[in-house]
Amino acid sequence: MDIARRTTSLLAILITLISFAQENKVEQNFEVEIGAEYRFFPDKGQFKNQKDHFPSLSIQPKYSVDWNKGKESITIVTFFRLDIDNPRTHWDIRELYYQKAKGKWEINIGLKKIYWGVTESNHLVDIINQTDAVESFDGEEKLGQPMVEFSLTTDNYGTFNFFYLPYHRERTFSGEKGRFRFPVVIDKDAIGYESDAEEWRQDIAFRWSHYFGAFDIGLSHFFGHGREPLFTFDNLGNVNAFYPVIHQTGIDLQVTHEAFLWKLESIYRNAEAQNFFALVAGLEYTFSNIDGNGLDIGLLGEYLYDQRDEFALNALQNDVFFGSRIAFNDTQDTSILIGGITDLESSSKIFSMEASRRFGSTWTAEIETRIFSNINQSEFILSNFKDDSFLRFSISKYF
Amino acid sequence: MKKIIVLIVVTFTMLANAQSPEVKGLEIAKAAEQADLGFNSSVVDLKMTLKNKNGQTSERSLTTKTLELTEDGDKSLIVFNSPKDVKGTSTLTFTHKVGSDDQWLFLPSIKRVKRISSNNKSGPFVGSEFAYEDLSSQEVEKYTYKFLEEKGDLLIVEQDPVDPKSGYARRVITYNKNKGYRIEKAEFYDRKNALLKTLTYSDYKLYKNKFWRASKFHMVNHQSNKETILNFSNYNFDSGLSDNDFTQAALQRAGK
Repeated sequence: MDIARRTTSLLAILITLISFAQENKVEQNFEVEIGAEYRFFPDKGQFKNQKDHFPSLSIQPKYSVDWNKGKESITIVTFFRLDIDNPRTHWDIRELYYQKAKGKWEINIGLKKIYWGVTESNHLVDIINQTDAVESFDGEEKLGQPMVEFSLTTDNYGTFNFFYLPYHRERTFSGEKGRFRFPVVIDKDAIGYESDAEEWRQDIAFRWSHYFGAFDIGLSHFFGHGREPLFTFDNLGNVNAFYPVIHQTGIDLQVTHEAFLWKLESIYRNAEAQNFFALVAGLEYTFSNIDGNGLDIGLLGEYLYDQRDEFALNALQNDVFFGSRIAFNDTQDTSILIGGITDLESSSKIFSMEASRRFGSTWTAEIETRIFSNINQSEFILSNFKDDSFLRFSISKYF
Repeated sequence: MKKIIVLIVVTFTMLANAQSPEVKGLEIAKAAEQADLGFNSSVVDLKMTLKNKNGQTSERSLTTKTLELTEDGDKSLIVFNSPKDVKGTSTLTFTHKVGSDDQWLFLPSIKRVKRISSNNKSGPFVGSEFAYEDLSSQEVEKYTYKFLEEKGDLLIVEQDPVDPKSGYARRVITYNKNKGYRIEKAEFYDRKNALLKTLTYSDYKLYKNKFWRASKFHMVNHQSNKETILNFSNYNFDSGLSDNDFTQAALQRAGK
């Protein structure tokens, strides 16, 4: 009762504070994105009960309000997807945070998304948010991470970001009907934690970033329950998965010279059960305005190394990625990204293509395909996905 | 005798004043820069209307913040407000008087800040008839000059881009010397020296009794018959922006 009364009065104070802060105009914004998606897997799933056709719907409402000349704001982004596969039917608070900026510093409190890194084929240093693994195969969709972030931008010494991460979010895996799964369906709640504090272990992270002329550099460190579960096997072949407590130090570097972008990302991860080093290095070169009408063709090449070898969750242990980004720079923002990853030690290859275009002013359409080709049976993770080549169509409407 | 002396004096004066067209052109560009000095910072909303050769239109809206710097080029922050699928996409540009500009792009869907190459000067800005170089901060050092002619208050100057990556062989700029050297018209000639585009500035307003800003830019591409119109509104010269509003943190805030 007392707590309830205190909470109410605290809320009242907060609302009063906000309304007093409204000496300037308050700006509110509300948008909704509704998406329809169809995924088709031409090959029959290699495990029982896996489906081939996945129609799906999603909705993402976003509300934001700012005041104090935009120096203070609250942002709320929620997400819901309805799908044939149970775990892929999920909802999430992508963002729900208060932000205040003053002079050189900024503070963020709540659920937020943070991106670190420079490379295209793999995102090694990016560790703050848990991957929304059922949402997309490329790992670029993230779950909102509870945090307090403090950032300081100095004149001559770069930007310092400090993160306090009080709660760990579990990775969701495909269910029985879903693709991209293992013979055994992994229940996210069955994955334990190394620390007794479990998801409430208080984690921290830090990043320093700066730029000097053509160089953009970031150094980061994370200490807490890792975002990737670690799979171990006992003598009887039983799988045991848990989130280990890790120290991860990362570097990201990009050199931007004329039409060249030279990129490097590297991490060293240290846990009781596992130490390893991983790296992505490559370049991007863009031939711009080739036809005088804005056609840009970018060429990408990256080398991927992961000391975990076949235990790397994304199976990119000693691979080369080639790709091309084609942007038409037309009024519909038509763009195509094609790429292929080939294993240097085995026959395994993954090809991908993503194309997108706007229709009218409030519709967009996307086509994506991934083809798993000659996947080597000895690939510990990837061999489970060998029949999961797919074609995806999606349309989105923005309100 | 007296007449002859006067004639000689007049001739000498004329000779002394007769600058080369190059020097005069440079002086006009410097005078135009001088006339616009001291605005410190500005914020403006911009509606962009793209028209194809069949007359079909599409629109974009953006907000541009500019910070004036004198020792080096200006800093700018551009945020897209529409179309809605690209809302929040933002760019941060540090213009340099000499050498290539530094530019970062913020992609709001994945919260990624990406340093991008400023190599692509001649490419179109978001599908419009404006090239990136048309919209970047106009620094005197980026061109060489040649004065062409004077028509009343109008001074016409040819400007040749220093950067070989420019899409133009030359531009011909019409300044209005009585109105703070504001630009009335610009003609762009492609690398083959054929007339490519004409940009007309109109609906000028005087801010702070010193700074002329056109409310409308109308670009016509003579080769493709496409057009782009920029409508500027809500010019604000009192926003008091500083370097802190042009950082990567500010870029992410702008696009959130």
